[in-house]
Amino acid sequence: MDKLWLIIKREYLNKVRNKTFIIMTFVSPLIFVGVALLVGFLTSLNNDTTRKIAILDDTGIYAPLFKDSDRTDYIFIENENLQAAIDASKAADYYGLIHISKINNQLGAVTLYSDDSPSLGFINTIEDKISKKATEDQLVARGFDLETIQESKITADLQLQSYTGVQTSKANGWIKMAFGGGAGYLLMMFIIIYGNMVMRSVIEEKTNRIIEIIISSVKPIYLMIGKITGTSLAGITQFIIWVILGGILFTIAGTFLGPDAVQSPGNDMAMSQLENMDKMQLIVNDIMQLPLLKLVICFFIYFIGGYFLYAAIYTAIGAAVDNETDTQQFMLPVILPLILSIYVGFFSVMDNPHGTVAVIFSYIPLTSPIVMLMRIPFGEIAYWEIGLSMLLLYVSIFGVAWFAAKIYRVGILMYGKKTNWKELYKWLKY
Amino acid sequence: MENTLEARHIVKRYGDYTALNDVNIAVPKGSVYGLLGPNGAGKTSLIRIINQITMPDGGEILLNGESLKPKHISQIGYMPEERGLYKTMKVGEQCIYLAMLKGLSKSEAKAKLEYWFDRLGMQGWWNKKLQELSKGMAQKVQFIVTVMHEPDLLIFDEPFSGFDPVNANLIKDEILQLRDQGATIIFSTHRMESVEEMCDHIALINKSNMVLSGKLNEVKQQFRNREYAVSLITADNAQALQTIPKIYNAQTIELSGLDNTLDFKIRLPENVTIAQSLNDLTGLGELTHFSEIIPSVNDIFIKTVKQDG
Repeated sequence: MDKLWLIIKREYLNKVRNKTFIIMTFVSPLIFVGVALLVGFLTSLNNDTTRKIAILDDTGIYAPLFKDSDRTDYIFIENENLQAAIDASKAADYYGLIHISKINNQLGAVTLYSDDSPSLGFINTIEDKISKKATEDQLVARGFDLETIQESKITADLQLQSYTGVQTSKANGWIKMAFGGGAGYLLMMFIIIYGNMVMRSVIEEKTNRIIEIIISSVKPIYLMIGKITGTSLAGITQFIIWVILGGILFTIAGTFLGPDAVQSPGNDMAMSQLENMDKMQLIVNDIMQLPLLKLVICFFIYFIGGYFLYAAIYTAIGAAVDNETDTQQFMLPVILPLILSIYVGFFSVMDNPHGTVAVIFSYIPLTSPIVMLMRIPFGEIAYWEIGLSMLLLYVSIFGVAWFAAKIYRVGILMYGKKTNWKELYKWLKY
Repeated sequence: MENTLEARHIVKRYGDYTALNDVNIAVPKGSVYGLLGPNGAGKTSLIRIINQITMPDGGEILLNGESLKPKHISQIGYMPEERGLYKTMKVGEQCIYLAMLKGLSKSEAKAKLEYWFDRLGMQGWWNKKLQELSKGMAQKVQFIVTVMHEPDLLIFDEPFSGFDPVNANLIKDEILQLRDQGATIIFSTHRMESVEEMCDHIALINKSNMVLSGKLNEVKQQFRNREYAVSLITADNAQALQTIPKIYNAQTIELSGLDNTLDFKIRLPENVTIAQSLNDLTGLGELTHFSEIIPSVNDIFIKTVKQDG
């Protein structure tokens, strides 16, 4: 046990003192915050430019509906034929030309001539404006009183509430996705980054040939466990530094630039749907309603489990090859389940967290850490389900580690041989 | 005599390939034991089993009379042929780490290291990274890592490769001194002259089998084949050349002349005594040299391996 501790310590210090590691640890949050700020800045810059749109209204009824706004200026073209109007707006480099045609004194086709692809929101706004006016005109023509209609309008507002009476906002889905998806994505990144780190360090020991000296002192399995543990501790250190540094940087950036610049565009959209503070309050409630503690605890349990599972595979790969370029052929079984779990998470789980696909994948050990983490914010997951999924994960770690250790034990002493799957299978029997 | 290490009926298989087939060795305490064999014979497999890097499929190893167990790791020091240390780690830190893995405490390790650094003239290397050292310097570090925990049994696989003659000599003297202090040494090499110089016991492995083992002088005794080097000054070389192969059916192996001197090798048949042959030779001319040709380890090695097919 003393020796295991020695190995863990050496692996940890070796990782933490590494220059690349130090640079990554301290520069990454800067880059991350920098990019977020840049995106925020560019988005605001983009919003500043005003679009010029020409209107050619054959009916003469709808043009007044278009009023200049912060972001759009309308230019009204009159007494021109269509082709001339198109040419003119193109020559003036307008964003586009809206042509409202007239058939039998009625509204005809409405066309937007533009080289750009307008956003759905923009299209909807134009359609709504014209439809509304046309409908109203029809109603008036048929003898309805618009005011009566207006007064008799009732808007139903769907209130979301759980069976236990907890109110939630309509952005609830978004919030759950952000938390579940964020946790799952983070887990995947960690597994890939630190798994690779373990693999590289195995290859390094193998090419350095120090391996024989070490394993004439300790059992290979100790070296393997020590290596995986030491690296994971380095990873956790890095993560904690990132969280602290990131927090500080965002706070600083936030106070200097105001909250708008820091928000990501995704958030922006969700926010724009919420017009008053009540809804804001609901969102905060939503976040508080999330099983946050459960999520954090599960994150750590699944992170450790998932990381150890994949790290065992990464060590076996590292032991099987002589240099990093040879690892490619063995990478597929590592990357595939990770990507699969992210897809299952974002599609199946978002769609139906209790659906068959989501449930099955949250039990399979290679995918369960990510999929289950993404399921947790959505709907109640029974404790036995989480327990079973974790049990399967941790049991399979021993199974996979056993195989990995066998390959590792043989592989670290094999030099100069190109290894393939068949060879690996043979090693299991040595 | 007490044996530091005994290997009994060791068998090691890799899949269908048998790397060691019923190999027995007995390494007496305080000896320098040469483990010889052509490339791929199974030497490294045996050394790895002794170091508990791999497990044998059959047979057992005894260290100081006890069946080999993980606790014996601290009593063995191993310098593999493929040298290796962490390139980016500092020399001192690295040595302490490796010594602690062998069971030394940190302060013990430090004291031992200071002794050895002093002894091998490595003061000032402590904070250097391994990648800053030359190959010979790194080999010295490797040597210290092998011996610093003062094991009973030291295993050196090609210990002199990478050293210049001066440093090779230095290391040779250190190894012999360690033996004098009570360590037992297993020494695997292809340099036969250093076997000749240092080993008192040898074992030869060929194609997974032990083909020869024993005290060096006994092995040589076994390979002695009554060959003698002779120098003779004759009046008539031509006659001597004719006569020499004739008497006692001797095979003249080499014949070279310097002035009137004939230098040649003869092999005496079983029924001819030395006195008799001396008598015959002096009859042919003036005998200036007569000595037995003792087989060298090199000859023994080549002969045995060739015979073995």
